[in-house]
Amino acid sequence: MTVTELSGSGTPPTSASTFVRSGPPPVARLPEPRKLTAKRMRGDRIFHGGSYLSGVIVLAIMVAVGLFLSVQAWAALSSAGPSFFTTAEWETDRGHFGIASIMLGTALVALVAVGVAMPVAMGTSLFITNIAPQRVRTYLVAMVDLMAAVPSIVYGLWGAYFFQGMAIDVARWINTWLGWMPWFSVAGADPNSPTSSLTVYSASIFVAGIVVALMVMPIQTSVMREVFSQVPIGEREGAYALGGTRWGVIRIVSLPFARGGIIGGTMLGMGRALGETIAVALILSSRFDVNFHILESGGNTVSKLIADRYSEASGFGLSALMAAGLALFAITLVVNFTASWFVARSRSGAESEG
Amino acid sequence: MTPTELAEAPAGPVEVEGDDAPVAATTLPAIVATSVPPTHLRTLSGMSPSDYMNLGGALISTLSITLLLFGILAPLSGVVGFVVVAWVMFLVVYGLLVSLDESRPVMVDKVMSAVLLSAAMLAGIALLSVIVYTIAKGWSALFKSNLYTQDMSSTGPADPITQGGIGHAIVGTLIIIGIAIAITVPLGLATAVFLNEINNRFSRFVRTVVDAMTALPSILAGLFIFATWILILGFERSGLAAAISVSIMMLPIIIRSADVVLRLVPGNLKEASYALGAPQHRTVRNVTLPTARSGLATAVILGVARGIGETAPVLLTAGYTGTLNVDPMHNSVVSLPLATYYFVRSPQQVMIQRGFATAAVLMVLVLVLFAIARLLGGRQAGQVGRRQARRIAARSASDAARFHRLSGEGQVSFDPAAPPPPPPVVVLPEVAS
Repeated sequence: MTVTELSGSGTPPTSASTFVRSGPPPVARLPEPRKLTAKRMRGDRIFHGGSYLSGVIVLAIMVAVGLFLSVQAWAALSSAGPSFFTTAEWETDRGHFGIASIMLGTALVALVAVGVAMPVAMGTSLFITNIAPQRVRTYLVAMVDLMAAVPSIVYGLWGAYFFQGMAIDVARWINTWLGWMPWFSVAGADPNSPTSSLTVYSASIFVAGIVVALMVMPIQTSVMREVFSQVPIGEREGAYALGGTRWGVIRIVSLPFARGGIIGGTMLGMGRALGETIAVALILSSRFDVNFHILESGGNTVSKLIADRYSEASGFGLSALMAAGLALFAITLVVNFTASWFVARSRSGAESEG
Repeated sequence: MTPTELAEAPAGPVEVEGDDAPVAATTLPAIVATSVPPTHLRTLSGMSPSDYMNLGGALISTLSITLLLFGILAPLSGVVGFVVVAWVMFLVVYGLLVSLDESRPVMVDKVMSAVLLSAAMLAGIALLSVIVYTIAKGWSALFKSNLYTQDMSSTGPADPITQGGIGHAIVGTLIIIGIAIAITVPLGLATAVFLNEINNRFSRFVRTVVDAMTALPSILAGLFIFATWILILGFERSGLAAAISVSIMMLPIIIRSADVVLRLVPGNLKEASYALGAPQHRTVRNVTLPTARSGLATAVILGVARGIGETAPVLLTAGYTGTLNVDPMHNSVVSLPLATYYFVRSPQQVMIQRGFATAAVLMVLVLVLFAIARLLGGRQAGQVGRRQARRIAARSASDAARFHRLSGEGQVSFDPAAPPPPPPVVVLPEVAS
């Protein structure tokens, strides 16, 4: 019971005058409040100094990386000018280079990855939070964590040697039935002849995107799971008490509450997908034209370009690679900050009565 | 309702002061037996026999329809196609069967539960397939001792799998990750403590920057070290350079997850410590860090697992070598993922097989680390294990005995009038089951 409750429960406010005041009348002027300044002990001063130092070191490293990338990229950016964003080729020796095609490739790989991963992540996180029994839940959480810990080279090997064979069938099916949409068309493919070569579908953005989807699914799942588990229990149980089914409660209570978290988790996964290197480098075959046919063989991403070209790059070529990397970093930064804004905003409702 | 609302509510018609105030009696309606009580309890959870029949029937008919579609009516091809068609058919048939004896919302609920279950199953099957495929492809080479004891210095690309090995890559991985742990764990944990214990504008700025750096694509960490350490400062490609670039990538990950774990430490534990007069550094050392210990261990181990599997920064900074190199300062080294990357890009089948064996070793290493993280972690902050509980009990018993002895000798007295109290009963902390 709080103080207000005690004071107001028995007597109505008017009866306050009936109290007999004992002791001297209150002093009109309150004494100066005591100043409470704690002097830190020596141990605490050392502790504060040490932890500030580590914060400063980490900050210095991080800022150095960002600043250095910008400074190094400046030479290439200033020489290429605005054509840096519109040129598709990457011939730094002739001064003819730009990120039009690699940025498009990066975005397409990330979009395919998120398009595949997001429904699976949402289903898995809803299953974990709302349907699975407690014992199964712990195993599923461990499974998702393990998926996040598997090295990307292992995913890349699996994608290049095992999954590609299965994905090509799917790619051919999509091309046969949905090939009239421009982004599903494939040059050199003949859907009517079953004997035509399937290699036109291999090493495509589609295959790379699905493999990257496996890597971004865990982070999306864990963000969404956290947000779904913060859905106020009172509102959920209220919906159950009104006779709602499990799916009804998910649809009416959980999904609207967690909308911000779903968007944020999806975008966080997208930030991861944009920067993925090795799995993409193992699967995708390089090409430098503006290509939005995702089923077609070949494509390029920024990180794959850096992995392929860093060794033969001279001073200026390296600066150009830095510029491409900086552009990628800028995009992932924007995506990540938007994502954390969404996730943080979705949590504000978690304070409601439970 | 807040307490204030409760308090102000009865302000109007309250007349409880007088002794002879009329007492409003509450009358209950008489209980009338209207119906026969149910003879058995309805089961509300689990599955009824009819649910099992629906599920089984849907599975059988799905299988038949899909086989019919695939074998006779339309020659579709591919494993994926079969699974997708079967899945859609199952949902349709299952929905139909359930709707025969249930209402529409129940039918939708059951079908959607099946959809959510299949999403979780898809994720599980994908993970299982990745692990099993990698280990199975590398299986034949995994049990040949030359894989672990030899390096590739005298092995040509066409030599059989019984020659050469990845001993140099294992040593290289251990060197790189060892240096990276030495850098990131103290720095990362100290920074996480800093973010939690000191709350001002500077620490919030550091937290924002760390959050931003988790977005740094790992290849850029490699490119940064390649351009500064190797090209500008003129050091050679080495294990140290690779370790620094891996550290830059691991640092934000470890800081962030340790920060989350530390934030979960109950505030009243810390406040109790302050109330006993402990300064901040002792509170951190004796309360905050021990409470969060298992979570911190998990954060570090998962960060290390990520660092071990990272290829892109190592690719730029470590170089590549086929020979064993134990000197982290000089000459190229190679790590397990990097060796895998080089092996599988070779056109030789034997080299690709070697690549899979390397990936399998890496996978086993990550699995072991993950298992350790699970054993240590998974416990909430504040829960203690059996051995920890015994240690705490012993410490508190010795404290109690010391107090008792001191108060008996008259050196310490909490209450001058009272006789020395009996030896206090030691309460064991609750043990996590």
